[in-house]
Amino acid sequence: MEDMSEQAAVAKLKEKFSSSVLDVAEYRGETTVVVKKEDIVDVCTFAKEQLGYNFLSDLCGVDYLGSSPRFMVVYNLYSIGSKSRLRLKVPVEESDAQVSTVSGVWGTANWHERETWDLYGIRFEGHPDLRRILLAEDWKGHPLRKDYPLQGPDRELYQGRLS
Amino acid sequence: MGVDQVLGNNVITTSLDKLVNWSRSRSMWPMTFGLACCAIEMMAAGAARFDLDRFGILFRASPRQADVIIIAGTVTKKMLPVIQTVYEQMPEPKYVIAMGACASSGGVFDSYSVVQGIDEVLPVDVYIPGCPPRPEGLIYGLQKLQEKIMAERNSFGAAIGYGEVVKDA
Repeated sequence: MEDMSEQAAVAKLKEKFSSSVLDVAEYRGETTVVVKKEDIVDVCTFAKEQLGYNFLSDLCGVDYLGSSPRFMVVYNLYSIGSKSRLRLKVPVEESDAQVSTVSGVWGTANWHERETWDLYGIRFEGHPDLRRILLAEDWKGHPLRKDYPLQGPDRELYQGRLS
Repeated sequence: MGVDQVLGNNVITTSLDKLVNWSRSRSMWPMTFGLACCAIEMMAAGAARFDLDRFGILFRASPRQADVIIIAGTVTKKMLPVIQTVYEQMPEPKYVIAMGACASSGGVFDSYSVVQGIDEVLPVDVYIPGCPPRPEGLIYGLQKLQEKIMAERNSFGAAIGYGEVVKDA
């Protein structure tokens, strides 16, 4: 393990996973790497053990309703040693809304993946305990999906003020 | 007094209802239960500057000893069963105060996760507007509840099993 900049980390990722890296983007000093979801566990293991990204600061989902693939799962990594950040993104199809868990790489992914499952309905294969974490256990649906009605499915849509 | 001093100088006569209502309204013990920022104002109302103790209002840490539940804050759908359990554990007679905009109507949280007013589930006696209401507002609401309790009829009879309480608004 060694300390390195994001650019060096991206170069190493491209070298090791040449067929898996779909896109690399840099915006305002933030580096984002889009990878295939089949290789996410291998990429994350490599990032943690070889590139020094020993801290998963956040894991979340994004719903790009209307485009295909519909979802992204986003992994925000941080290297405590080199103080550098790296963002990994994984496209997820709506018809096959599941990704392999990275809770074996970073333990903190356990609850983050439960939250992503709870709010976006993206399953994490191999997760040790994939239950809802924020909403009630008997909740129907996944409210952060863009097609979920804001005021809940049992209420009429807000029509604007009556007065 | 109409009575011709047969009971001596230190005796007053009143109705049983008035006595019972007086004792209930002057010892309203609220459940210690806060949900959001309204709970901070509720705590301020209970502390030295506003001093709810002077009204005989002492916060109790158990629903078994409480007469009033002040719904102080946003009620989420996940929290609702907990509130219902606490309310059911309170002995009769029991009263509900909806403190603030969220407890009264859902407030700004017109959202899938928030109950749009605790009156969807519990029988609310007093609504206190504000976001959050100042301690003076809470005290005013509690005084309104005292007035409401004082206007009850047959409160003693209902307690020993004769008929129902008549609640005059």
